[in-house]
Amino acid sequence: MTFNLPSGLALQKVDERIMTLNVGPQHPGSGHMRIIVQIDGDYIVACDPDPGYVHRGEEKMAEYRNYITNIPHLERPVIHDSCNVLYPYVLGAEELLGIEVPERAKYVRVIASELNRCIYIMYWLAIYGIFLGHSTMFMWPAGDRELLIDLMEKMTGARVTHAHFVPGGVRNDLPPNFEDVCLRQVNYFEKRIKEYAAIFYDNPILIARTRDTGVLSRQDAIRYGTTGSVLRASGVDYDLRVKEPYDVYDELDVHTNVMKEGDSYARSKIPWLDMLESCNIIRQALQKMPKSGSVRVKLKPNPKTKGLESVYKRVESGRGSLGCYIVSDGKVEPYRVKLSVPSFRNLIALPNLLKGEKLGNMPSVYWSLNYWPVEADR
Amino acid sequence: MSTETENPPADTKPKVKSPPPKPVAKKPEAAPVELPAFEKSISDKIVEKFGDKIKVGFVKEDRVRINVGKENVHDVAEFIRDALNYDHVESVSGVDYPQDNEIEVVYHIGSYSESSLARQILVLATRAPRETNPIPGNDATRLPTLRDIFYSVEFHEREVFEMFGVFFEGHPDNRRLLLPEDWADLPPLRKDFAIKGR
Repeated sequence: MTFNLPSGLALQKVDERIMTLNVGPQHPGSGHMRIIVQIDGDYIVACDPDPGYVHRGEEKMAEYRNYITNIPHLERPVIHDSCNVLYPYVLGAEELLGIEVPERAKYVRVIASELNRCIYIMYWLAIYGIFLGHSTMFMWPAGDRELLIDLMEKMTGARVTHAHFVPGGVRNDLPPNFEDVCLRQVNYFEKRIKEYAAIFYDNPILIARTRDTGVLSRQDAIRYGTTGSVLRASGVDYDLRVKEPYDVYDELDVHTNVMKEGDSYARSKIPWLDMLESCNIIRQALQKMPKSGSVRVKLKPNPKTKGLESVYKRVESGRGSLGCYIVSDGKVEPYRVKLSVPSFRNLIALPNLLKGEKLGNMPSVYWSLNYWPVEADR
Repeated sequence: MSTETENPPADTKPKVKSPPPKPVAKKPEAAPVELPAFEKSISDKIVEKFGDKIKVGFVKEDRVRINVGKENVHDVAEFIRDALNYDHVESVSGVDYPQDNEIEVVYHIGSYSESSLARQILVLATRAPRETNPIPGNDATRLPTLRDIFYSVEFHEREVFEMFGVFFEGHPDNRRLLLPEDWADLPPLRKDFAIKGR
């Protein structure tokens, strides 16, 4: 194939046994993405992911708006994880603009980003359930997610797209009595998700379908540059909240969940363990948070940076390390904003994992990569 | 790039919280800004090996930037992987500089296997000539690929190719990734591609 022939549309001479199959982009088994698989009988011999159906040019748009007005649209790639997707941009803008964030705002950010991580993982888990034909696992997370969405609504005023983090802190202080409500809901939420083990993670059907499928070895996980749950399911102990703590994560006790198997089962279990860890972090943050104080440094309208400078910040989002590279030239708008998103980084593993798998295992392997098509396309 | 800051900004906090220095009254401007030692040692190793083929862009806390010409970027990347134990690329970003007639490609390289490098990001920047009327794939905007050194750059370089028109020589799969198949305009992240109404 040459580069000017669109993949999947170009005619190719292949073996008579081999059939080319387009999965997506309107297929419920792929999200807004096309996976071109070549199958020999029931086995996948080659796979070519074709993202880009929801490419919106977020990076281009960011060059036309100032540091504050970029916030609402830069969180759009993952609306369920909007605090985390915005986090590295806000940290980078703070470094460029030279802003020091109040202590209470840092704790509010940690709580918001951990709540968002759970909200994202619950949505992901619900879809994973439906991919495997497990409708209870769709209903339960979709319902329990509402608890945390209600909390985020109390905190930010919006259910999904919060636009809560701004350079200099967070937009609003916590509402009165938020700490008690949050603690109560998080405790209940933790009790609920522990029950998922019985119906999902210890379920022999799930284990039979995901054990030893799509095995990613430790060396390959490192070589492909995967991140987040995919990396940690292959036995690499790497979590930015521990390795490169930002804001107040160095004052909190964060445990990294690692599994050694590297198969779809491990990749589907790590996010669930992460949610339990998030509940611990939220409880610690609520306890250590200063009870009063400012949550936002007032900025001048249209703040400018010092000159030609670049900054690369990264945070651990619900899917893995999310980086933001900002180049500024001293104007009101950033010169270039690049989001290095975990979904895009993990995508490289997909063709390698699917090779030799059965076609029926494709949904479970694909979705276990914690892939979010909209984020990868930006 | 001469415009990058050579020293870390004075307001970055040290990693370990030390007691606040009391005597601030002494001449603050004369105090030499101390470069972080570990990061300095990384950049020193690269300078020692390549001499003036490379230029250290900055040495900040956890970040080291190396600017290198396109003819040496492959060798430097190989040295970074083999001698310094960096093992994956997190992000490949293009930055368009029409005033210099160049397109910069920035690799952010990290390491999972070496625990002392877990916080570190090595920023490797190189520049390709830029053409006013680009024919992506068939003009002078070319760079050697790093895909044979860092497997993880495969999709990132494909993205830079379609968004900036930088052709990576030696890349096994130089196809479009995100843009539509019938895209016939300029590479969209170049500065001369304007958004309507802005």
